[in-house]
Amino acid sequence: MVAPPVGRADDQTQSHPTAPVSRPDRAARPGPLVSAAVAIVVAATLIPLGYVAWAAVSIGWTKAYHLVVRPRVGELLFNTVALVVITVPLCVVIGVGVAWLVERTDLAGRAFWRPLFVAPLAVPAFVNSYAWVGVIPSLHGLWAGVVVSTLSYFPFMYLPVAATLRRLDPAIEESARALGSNSAGVFFRVVLPQLRLAILGGGLLIGVHLLAEYGAFAMVRFDTFTVAIFQQFQVTFDGAAGSMLAGVLVLLCLALLVAEALARGRARFSRVGSGAPRAATPIRLGRKVITGQVALAALAVLALGVPVWTLLRWLWIGGADVWVFDDIVTALGQTIGLATVAAVLTTVLAFPVAWVAVRSSGLLARAVEGANYVTSSLPGIVTALALVTVTIHLAPPLYQSITLIVFAYVLLFMPRALVNVRAGLAQVPPSLEEASRSLGSSPAATFLRVTLRLTAPATAAGASLVFVAVATELTATLLLAPTGTSTLSMRFWSLSSELDYAAAAPYALVLVVLAVPVTLVLFRQSTKVAAL
Amino acid sequence: MTVATLEVNGIAKSFNGHTVLHDIDLSLQPGTTTAVVGASGCGKTTLLRLIAGFESPDAGTISIDGRQVASPQRAVAPHRRGVGYVAQDGALFPHLTVGQNIAYGLRGTARDEVRARVAELLETVALDPSYAARRPHELSGGQQQRVALARALARHPVLMLLDEPFSALDTGLRASTRKAVAGLLATAGVTTLLVTHDQEEALSIADQVAVMRDGRFTQVGTPQQVYRQPTDRFTAEFLGDCISLPCTVASGIAECALGRVPVQAADGPATLVLRPEQLVATVVSDSEHLDGVGTVIATEFLGHDVLLTIDPAGEAAPLIVRQHSFNPPPIDAKVRIEVVGAGIVLT
Repeated sequence: MVAPPVGRADDQTQSHPTAPVSRPDRAARPGPLVSAAVAIVVAATLIPLGYVAWAAVSIGWTKAYHLVVRPRVGELLFNTVALVVITVPLCVVIGVGVAWLVERTDLAGRAFWRPLFVAPLAVPAFVNSYAWVGVIPSLHGLWAGVVVSTLSYFPFMYLPVAATLRRLDPAIEESARALGSNSAGVFFRVVLPQLRLAILGGGLLIGVHLLAEYGAFAMVRFDTFTVAIFQQFQVTFDGAAGSMLAGVLVLLCLALLVAEALARGRARFSRVGSGAPRAATPIRLGRKVITGQVALAALAVLALGVPVWTLLRWLWIGGADVWVFDDIVTALGQTIGLATVAAVLTTVLAFPVAWVAVRSSGLLARAVEGANYVTSSLPGIVTALALVTVTIHLAPPLYQSITLIVFAYVLLFMPRALVNVRAGLAQVPPSLEEASRSLGSSPAATFLRVTLRLTAPATAAGASLVFVAVATELTATLLLAPTGTSTLSMRFWSLSSELDYAAAAPYALVLVVLAVPVTLVLFRQSTKVAAL
Repeated sequence: MTVATLEVNGIAKSFNGHTVLHDIDLSLQPGTTTAVVGASGCGKTTLLRLIAGFESPDAGTISIDGRQVASPQRAVAPHRRGVGYVAQDGALFPHLTVGQNIAYGLRGTARDEVRARVAELLETVALDPSYAARRPHELSGGQQQRVALARALARHPVLMLLDEPFSALDTGLRASTRKAVAGLLATAGVTTLLVTHDQEEALSIADQVAVMRDGRFTQVGTPQQVYRQPTDRFTAEFLGDCISLPCTVASGIAECALGRVPVQAADGPATLVLRPEQLVATVVSDSEHLDGVGTVIATEFLGHDVLLTIDPAGEAAPLIVRQHSFNPPPIDAKVRIEVVGAGIVLT
C-alpha cells in the first residue's frame, strides 16, 4: 500500500523557508457554499466513529462487556500490541540507519540507494506477504507479521527522515563539533533530536498501517484485530461481536494518536538564521564502509529481492498459462475505472477542505484539522463496517453499490489527497492572488489562472496517491464491492487464497507496475524542497 | 480645485475586536506621491489593503478619482478599482515568464499590441526587452520589483499602491531602486501611495508624508513640515533624533542652556526640541568662558558623520551633536555649541 511519507501536512511543507507567514488578522472568511461543502465532508468523515459509538450504546453495557472481556480479545490485543511495539522500533532503527548511511556518509552509490529504499512502497504489503510465503511456506504467526510488515513499511520512516537529514543545516552540527562533540555525540545530541518530528510522524504512519492491514497478516495466519474483524464479518455481518472488536481497534488507534501527540509535545524545530543551507560534508566511514554497503545490500535483497524474485519465479513456473488476458484486462479496466473516479472525486472534495484549513482560522478550520487527524488513523475495515451498517439500516439500495464503494474510498483516502492539496495551497502566497485581483482578474479567473495552476503539481501528486491507494486497496474492497466486481487486488486475493500462487502472480505484477510511477512521485517530492 | 485621486474619509477597521485603524482621513492630489510612514504593526498596510479592496472598512468611505469604491455597505471588487498594487516581495507569478507577468492584466488585447506594450513597459522600468523571456527566479530582487511595477503600470492605473516596495532589497540597491522608481512614477504622472517604515525613504520620495501611530495619523504634511515642524513628540522622535532642552520662552525667543533660539510659541516655561544637525560644536580655548560651553565626553565615528556626546556645564543632561567627521573635537575638549536655525517647542 502506498501512502504519503508523513501523516500530517504541517510536518512536511510548512517549514518552506521562503513561504510568507500569513498574518492571523488576514484570515479569510469562507463563503456559505464552501462552508457547507466542508461541513458535509467533515461530517461524513465522522461516520465510522459515529458507528462505533452507536454500536457500543445499542449493544448495551453488559453485553458489550462480555464481548470485549474474553480470552479471544486478550489474544488479539496481545498480538496487535506486540506487532506495533516490535515493528515500529525496528522500522525506526532501519529507517534512520539507512537514511543516515545514504545521506550523510561517503558510501558509494548514493544516487542508486536513494530511490531503491523507497521502492518497497510499490509492493503492496499483501503481495510482499505472498512473496515471503512463497519462499518460506511455513512462515506464520507474530514473527512472520513482524518481518513482512517491517520490510513493507520501513520506507515510511526512511523517506521523511532522509528528507529531514537533507534539510538540516550543517552549520549546527559544525557548531556541535566545535563545542567538543565527536561524531556519535553529534548524532545523538544534535541530529537525532532534530529528527524527532520525522520519526514520530513516520512511526505514527507505520502504526496506523499495522493496525489497518488485513491481507498481509491473513496470508501468514497472524490474527490481529483487523484480521479477526474481517473473519467475524464473513461469518455474521453486522454482528455485535464484530462491532465490539472494531470498537477496541478504534480505541487502539486513538491511543496511538495520543501517544504520538504526547511524545511530540510542543516541539517545533525551525532553522534559526538566514541564508541557504550548504550541503553537509559526508562522514568518512573508513573501513566500516564495507559493513555499511553489505548492510544496505542485505536490506535491499530482503525488501525488494524477495518479492521480485518470487514474482518472477511464479511467473516462470506458471508460464503462458497464467496470462488469462480476458480476466486480467477486465480486472485492470475495473481497477482503473474505480481508482480514477475515486481519485478525481477525492481530490475535488479535498480542495474546499484544504482551502479552509490553510486560509481561514476559526471553528470550521479547527474541526477540519481534528477530523482529518482522527480519520486518517482509522482502519479501512472500520470504515467499511460502518458503511455496511449505515446502508443496511438507512439506505438498503446503496448496499453493495458502486456509489458506496467510491464513497468509502473517498472517506479512506481523503487525508492523502488533503495532505498534498494543503501543501500545494500553503505554497501559494495570498499576495499572488491579490496581485492577480489588482490586475483586473475576477476571483474565479484568479483561481484558474493562479491558484489552480500553482497547486497543480501537488494536486496531481495527491490524485495519483489516491489512485494507487484505491488500486491496491484490499480490505474495504472485499467487504463493499458489488457482486461481480473483480479488481486486480480482489482477483489476486481469491487466487492466492486458493493457493494458486502462479495464477495470482500476473495480478501482483500489474499491481506493482501500477504503483511504481507514484512511488517515483513520492520520492521526487521528498527530494525537492519546494514543489513548483 | 481638481478632484482628488484618492479621498479617504473617516476610515475605521478592526480585526477580532482589535481596532487597527481609527478615523483615517487622507487626500491625494493627482500626480503626487504620498508616503504613509509608521512602525510595523501600526496599521499602514491595512490602510493600503483597504484602498486596494482586499479588505472592507467598518466605517468611512474611500473614493478613487471621484468614484466611491468602498463604504461599510458597498465595496467595489479589487479587480474593478483600477488601482495598481505592488506588494512587498513583488509577488511575481512564479509560473509565468517576465513578459507573461507583465501581460497578465492585458487580457483581451491583440497579441502584437501586448508584445509592443510589454517591450515598452520593460523599457520604462529600464530593463532590456530580452528579460521578457526570463523567469522571475532568474532576476535579482531589484529587477523583480521593477517587473512588478511594470506589471502594475500595464493597465494605466489612476492610483499606484506600493507596500514597502524596497524593504526586501539590500541597502545599496534600495536607494538606487527607490530613485529609479520615484523618477519613473513622476514621469508617468501616476498618483502614488507608498507605505514604508523607513523615515528616510518617506522623506526623500514623497510630496506628502503621513506619519502613522497605532492606527491614527499624528501629522500629515510636506516632508519639510513634518520633519522641521512636528506637532507632537512622537512625530518628532519618529522622524529623526531629537534634543530636548528645558527653556523659557519670551516674545519668540527660547532661553536655554545653549543660549537664545528663535521659536514660534507662547511665552512661559516649555521644552525646546532641536535636531542634532542644528548644533555645531567648535573647540574653544580653556580661557574662554561663555554661554553654551561644554566638554566632549565621547565620540562615535560613523564615516561621513561623527556623533559627539557633550556634557554641558551645570545640571543639564549630556547632548548629542551630529556633525561632519572631518577633524572632530577630541575627547575632553571644551567646545562651544551653536544653534543653527529655529527650534520648535512641544508641550
